[in-house]
Amino acid sequence: MLAHIIQNLPQVLIDGLTLGVVYAVVAIGYTMVYGILELINFAHGDVFMTGSFIGATVLFLFMGMGFLTALPALIVFLIVIIIAGIATGLLGVGIERVAYRPLRRKNAPKLIALITSIGISFVLEDSVRFIAELKTGNYIVTAPSIFNHRFTLSAHDWFPFFNNATFQGSFILVLAVTVVMLVSLDLFVNKTKWGMAMRAVAQDRDTASLMTINVNRVISVTFFIGSALGGATGVLFMIQYGTIDPYIGFILGIKAFTAAVLGGIGNIRGAMFGGVMLGLLEMFAAANLSIITHGAMGAEYKDVFAFIILILVLIFKPEGLFGKAVVEKV
Amino acid sequence: MTETTAKNFLKISKIDSYYGQIQALNGIDLYIDKGEIVTLIGSNGAGKSTTLKSISGQVRPKQGTISFDGIDITKKPAHQTALLGIAQVPEGRRIFPRLTVRENLQIGAFSEKNKTVVSERMERVFSYFPRLKERLSQKGGTMSGGEQQMLAIGRALMMKPKLLMLDEPSMGLAPIIVEQIFDIIKEMNKEGMTILLVEQNAYQALQIADRGYVIQTGQIVLDGKGEELMKNEQVREAYLA
Repeated sequence: MLAHIIQNLPQVLIDGLTLGVVYAVVAIGYTMVYGILELINFAHGDVFMTGSFIGATVLFLFMGMGFLTALPALIVFLIVIIIAGIATGLLGVGIERVAYRPLRRKNAPKLIALITSIGISFVLEDSVRFIAELKTGNYIVTAPSIFNHRFTLSAHDWFPFFNNATFQGSFILVLAVTVVMLVSLDLFVNKTKWGMAMRAVAQDRDTASLMTINVNRVISVTFFIGSALGGATGVLFMIQYGTIDPYIGFILGIKAFTAAVLGGIGNIRGAMFGGVMLGLLEMFAAANLSIITHGAMGAEYKDVFAFIILILVLIFKPEGLFGKAVVEKV
Repeated sequence: MTETTAKNFLKISKIDSYYGQIQALNGIDLYIDKGEIVTLIGSNGAGKSTTLKSISGQVRPKQGTISFDGIDITKKPAHQTALLGIAQVPEGRRIFPRLTVRENLQIGAFSEKNKTVVSERMERVFSYFPRLKERLSQKGGTMSGGEQQMLAIGRALMMKPKLLMLDEPSMGLAPIIVEQIFDIIKEMNKEGMTILLVEQNAYQALQIADRGYVIQTGQIVLDGKGEELMKNEQVREAYLA
């Protein structure tokens, strides 16, 4: 049994990492907004989904214009991801303006904002579904594939106890782009003036405004960054997995939110770690559950496995792995 | 600087402010001339902090006007009032607990783009509070109460304000630290800073103030020179006993 689990390890690592970095970037969107507004923005998963559809739309447009064959795939990809990122960033800013800011101005209870975010989530899902069905006759869309070369990682040649693993070209792309996004976000938050303003607003909004910081603008910037990263990740998802529908943001959003909680909600590095960990655990479970339980539980129980880990972590460390227990001197 | 703005550098006319449905201020009149230390004393819940918050824009008055340096600031939001040169050291210090001491100071100079100016101002803060220099990379929340108060004042100075408003800087601090902080307030005033000091610790506040106002249930009930108020029977009974 153990030998079998070890044999599969390279493939589990590759698949888990792919999924994990996607969770990580989406988790950041949850954690940033929570850090600043103490709001769980349930619409964020659907911003991710909208990003994947915007990406697919641009890709189809390019295909129609013949760009797909004329331009190198990498250039096409960069243009698509940038357009989708900017568009979803603006979408996030718009959602905050229209739905959350008026509530904040009236000092509405946080629960109201939470319910509003669920409402926004439905609006996004149904709008995208409506448009997709109108244009293509089907709300499940299969994107034109780029980067679908298959590579083989000959792990077996180096370590005989491993099996070989295979991956698509897009795996490298997903990994590279998410790592770039994660590292630049971390630098932005910790090293720049606006990042510092963001952290100050998260810690004490009223006092930050006394420091000449325009709090509403910082909140807009936060939504822009979180949503743009989420939307760009939607494009990565679309390229990696090919088929998208208006409901991919729901489960993925819940999982990314779980990752954020796992790492300690409000903590950006925690969200990154939580995402990667959740992705790896999930893929490990998918590959091995049936072996471990002698067929009693199949791969479809992978989510149960992931959430059991979450529950265990929260029982023993309720603030999450990287969260600080909230005790502050006044 | 024209005579009028040096005279009523800050002028509050008949403001009413509310917290939700509750009226916290009822027709407050107050002025500060350039270079003065003015203190606002009164008991808990009298409206001292609300007065400061009305000036800084954290609370918007329903009635009346507030002008600063000749500009009407009644309806300005807090970050714009701060840009005009009004710094507030809030009650309970409110330093950013998970920013380092250095970052807490830097954020005070958020609107200043020139990095050399920022580091010059930081040196100036260290000349008042040398202890902060030893703690630059420590997180704000891990410092003692007195150090946090120094940091909160230092952070406000980083704005290079024209008017410095302090909300109960003595709260919760040991007498010797209070002494130090009041000495520094006096020193800053001597160097030309206009100061509005809100205190429950009336004795110490009146000692360093040019003038004082006594606030009770949202109204100014007395005002006058610092030493006059100290001799006043009513004040002695209510606040100095």
